[in-house]
Amino acid sequence: MPNDSTSPYATYVSHLEKGELAYQFSPAANRAVFFPRLICPYTGSDQLEWRVSQGRGTVYATTVVHPAEGAPFNVALIDCDEGFRLMSRVEDVAPMDVKIGMRVKFRVHRPGGEEDPVAVFTPEAA
Amino acid sequence: MENLKRGAAAIVGVAESDLGQVADGMSPMDLSAQAIMRALADCGLTLKDVDGLFCAMTQQRMSIVSLIEYLGVAPKFIGSSMTGGSSFEFHVAQAAAAIDAGLCNVAVIAYGSTQRSVGRKQASAREVNPYETPFKPFLPTSAYALAASRHMHQFGTTREQLAEVAVAARKWAQLNPVAWEKKPLTVEDVLKSRMISYPFTVRDCCLVTDGGGAIVMTSAAQAKSLKKPPAFVLGCGHGVTHMNISSMPDLTVTGAKAAGEAAYRMAKLSAKDIDVVELYDAFTINTILFLEDLGFCRKGEGGAFVSGGNIAPGGRLPVNTNGGGLSYCHPGMYGLLILIEGVRQLRGECGARQVKKHDTAMVHGNGGVLSAQASVILGTSATV
Repeated sequence: MPNDSTSPYATYVSHLEKGELAYQFSPAANRAVFFPRLICPYTGSDQLEWRVSQGRGTVYATTVVHPAEGAPFNVALIDCDEGFRLMSRVEDVAPMDVKIGMRVKFRVHRPGGEEDPVAVFTPEAA
Repeated sequence: MENLKRGAAAIVGVAESDLGQVADGMSPMDLSAQAIMRALADCGLTLKDVDGLFCAMTQQRMSIVSLIEYLGVAPKFIGSSMTGGSSFEFHVAQAAAAIDAGLCNVAVIAYGSTQRSVGRKQASAREVNPYETPFKPFLPTSAYALAASRHMHQFGTTREQLAEVAVAARKWAQLNPVAWEKKPLTVEDVLKSRMISYPFTVRDCCLVTDGGGAIVMTSAAQAKSLKKPPAFVLGCGHGVTHMNISSMPDLTVTGAKAAGEAAYRMAKLSAKDIDVVELYDAFTINTILFLEDLGFCRKGEGGAFVSGGNIAPGGRLPVNTNGGGLSYCHPGMYGLLILIEGVRQLRGECGARQVKKHDTAMVHGNGGVLSAQASVILGTSATV
């Protein structure tokens, strides 16, 4: 059998590069799967479909990290409307004002250099 | 654990290594060896009697191989499951099974860490997860802080209630001669301390110390002929729900629920039968989550349960009687030290912090970021 031509992570990043938040869907489990992988963790099926999220979600949990140097910043878990959860941060709002239950929308953050783009969120109302 | 026999194996020897800040140049293996010799002396056995060996460490990638080299032993059975801080509760179940199957007769479980001396970054390798690392969570603290945020949101748990856990631990530590932190601590002190990852200040977080320990296990039959009263392994259970916090199904319910249920089933006991509780309190939220998941109070009521001195000395339920990872000692992975305290409480050796009724102990280990949970229920000869 030939080697796979791409990895789950590379596929995820290629979507981010196009401005898309991608996730996987498992028809066998009839639910979303995240983080991207080769096996559905609910059924063991290897038939996972890639889908693009509408990019809307709700803050599930939130913390504010106080680094030894520099300004405090937010780290949050976001539940996307398609039924998957990811770690991210909510931008354009003071870190302590990120509240559980807050509606948020996705945007791509491009750190530049060697670093891959990542999915961040902003308040939906803004 | 299905098919593991209640009371077939026992912990017969226990000891800590040097704790807190150890001598310059001391290695994790030095501390392990020191604890092993003390634990063997505690039960009157020698290294020659040991034919089963278990360990897991953060500073040694193949710690069991390092330990075999150091001790110059050739055990018949070895194990080195690595589930973080709960590794040793897993090892107890594995050692009990190995002893019952006749694969070994005397098993030692050991640990050592010099994380305070060498620095936290040197003590464990940093792992990169492309789905989490870019957001710079301060791990493990931020993961537990996320769980705390969810508990506060869902059940109205307050920062004051989290602080009560740290205050109770400190009160127990004041009764423990070898505890690291003994200064008086109030709820207000905890809240006003340096913020690390909201809602946790540094006083919601475990200590960073050196330390280690060892326990000796053998069959129930042989246990009865040794120096100290045996602590029989009545129940074991585990629950592994995730590795990374973003994959934890529900941040308010941990694998301790499955772990506890399995251990109670094997022990034929329930939470109300437990005299003393030793939980892995890496952060204040742990104690609340585990008391709920292990059935000592209902889900969501942990904040109220730990308040008003209820789990402190003289309270309704003695919890973390050594002062916990929060005030006694937290050498990177803490799970072996709670087994040692559980055994000492059952023996009645704990001096000023000794609990009055001490026939059963729930010892609960936590590994990763609420990831790998394992419970061990211990009992005196009155329970078997």
